Amino acid sequence: MLKVSRPEAATAPAPRSLVPAQLALLLVVLAAWYGLTASDLLPPFFFGEPVKVFAELWGWFASGKIYLHLGVTLLETLLAFVLGTLLGLAIGLWLGLSATASALLDPYIKAVNSMPRVVMAPIFAVWFGLGIWSKVALGVTLVFFLVFFNVFQAVKEVSPVVLANARMLGASRRQLLRFVYLPSATSWVFASLHTSIGMAFVGAVVGEYLGSARGVGYLILEAEGLFDINGVIAGIVVLTVCALALDLLVTWLENRLLVWRPR
Amino acid sequence: MTAALALERVTCSFTPAERGKPSYVAVRDATLVVGDGEFVAVVGPTGCGKSTLLNVAAGLLPPTSGAVAVFGERLAGINRRAGYLFQAEALMPWRSALDNVTAGLEMRGLAKRECVARADEWLRRVGLAGHEHRYPHQLSGGMRKRAALAQVLILDPEILLMDEPFSALDIQTRQLMENELLALWSANRKSVLFITHDLEEAIALADRVLVLSAGPASRAIGEFAIDLPRPRDVSEIRMTPRFLKLYGEIWRILKDEVLKGYAQGQQA
Repeated sequence: MLKVSRPEAATAPAPRSLVPAQLALLLVVLAAWYGLTASDLLPPFFFGEPVKVFAELWGWFASGKIYLHLGVTLLETLLAFVLGTLLGLAIGLWLGLSATASALLDPYIKAVNSMPRVVMAPIFAVWFGLGIWSKVALGVTLVFFLVFFNVFQAVKEVSPVVLANARMLGASRRQLLRFVYLPSATSWVFASLHTSIGMAFVGAVVGEYLGSARGVGYLILEAEGLFDINGVIAGIVVLTVCALALDLLVTWLENRLLVWRPR
Repeated sequence: MTAALALERVTCSFTPAERGKPSYVAVRDATLVVGDGEFVAVVGPTGCGKSTLLNVAAGLLPPTSGAVAVFGERLAGINRRAGYLFQAEALMPWRSALDNVTAGLEMRGLAKRECVARADEWLRRVGLAGHEHRYPHQLSGGMRKRAALAQVLILDPEILLMDEPFSALDIQTRQLMENELLALWSANRKSVLFITHDLEEAIALADRVLVLSAGPASRAIGEFAIDLPRPRDVSEIRMTPRFLKLYGEIWRILKDEVLKGYAQGQQA
């Protein structure tokens, strides 16, 4: 009888079958954290205690206190993401299509991009106050450059054949934008979506942390002021879960909108 | 009768990337006429500027000197009376087969429903019914070419410019496509300028075959009327004695150029 080789056995197990092991790993880490802090091997004052962190989280959600703060942070993230993307798309298309303008602005774009933009936060606080708009502004500067560079590149890398074909089919300058440049650029924007939504989130939280009256960043700042390390960790947990959820949302969106792309 | 397309003493030179080097002359003093309803094939060795010539005829590339006339009118800008079938993939990858075929009509401002109705008809005609909603990467090479053909023909151009459109296809698909092209062409005699490096394809399809010299500075060095009867079946006509005789005559001229082109390729 002929023996059939089974290549499946040699490859790594499917991700789904790893879920129990991954959960077990999380439990081990939590147990170690609990054990070390409960036995005072690690000082709970600096490292927090899992039970108290959980109690803090429970309190936030039970009292409903967290929803306002989370809502503000998510609103800032969303606004920063949308505005930054639109701005990056518009200016990326403009500079990508206008050789003169891009040559003129090139050194300034490089300069602004290499500047650590988080230091703009104090300026935005002065300009826009301590409300949501200073955080949105910070997020926008972070998202903008990411999207801008992607779109700029996308315009440069549009297939010349596809472009020539569209012109032969009768596309005017404006139609080239609609039929070729814009769809091509959007695909690149989506490629950077994961990073840019993360950036918008960072802008919102860092902005809050540097000065605000609402938001998850503010909760962390407040807890830190009270030397409440458990509160800080609870805030971080909330942010992490939110970031993961946003990332999943983006993946879902991407799969729906980029069906035309070969895998 | 005015010719559908006339290139008169067209020269195309390109500025070199490095300074101080002489500019590269792709085509020199090329003159070419395509009569109304005529199928003209241009053959030449690789790199002889065939595509350059086609781009000039399409209005995508303004010639350095010389003039292009389309039905007697001097061409400026894009040639609006011509359709262009490219050698490389030219479909918009973010549009489905259907949306690619409707693109030209949409650009002309037709209502979406009208565009779709006409595109459905064309997709059926090129054998893509049932594949309308697939994206280019989900289609095979032959299907993509069919979609590209429908995309161009739906606009009913008077002149058809074709740049080795079937060179990337396997031989069976290719002969099928060639026959389909002939069938579509004989239905409403468009003027065709067909570029290829495949002499057999040129003879099987065309009314007239033009031979270009090896580049740079290539020009037409031979012209042959193909008096094979129509309608033709491209796979069968290759076996006929008349075909073989024509092939022999043209190949004698083309061979030297191919060798020259090959030698230059080796140097480069």
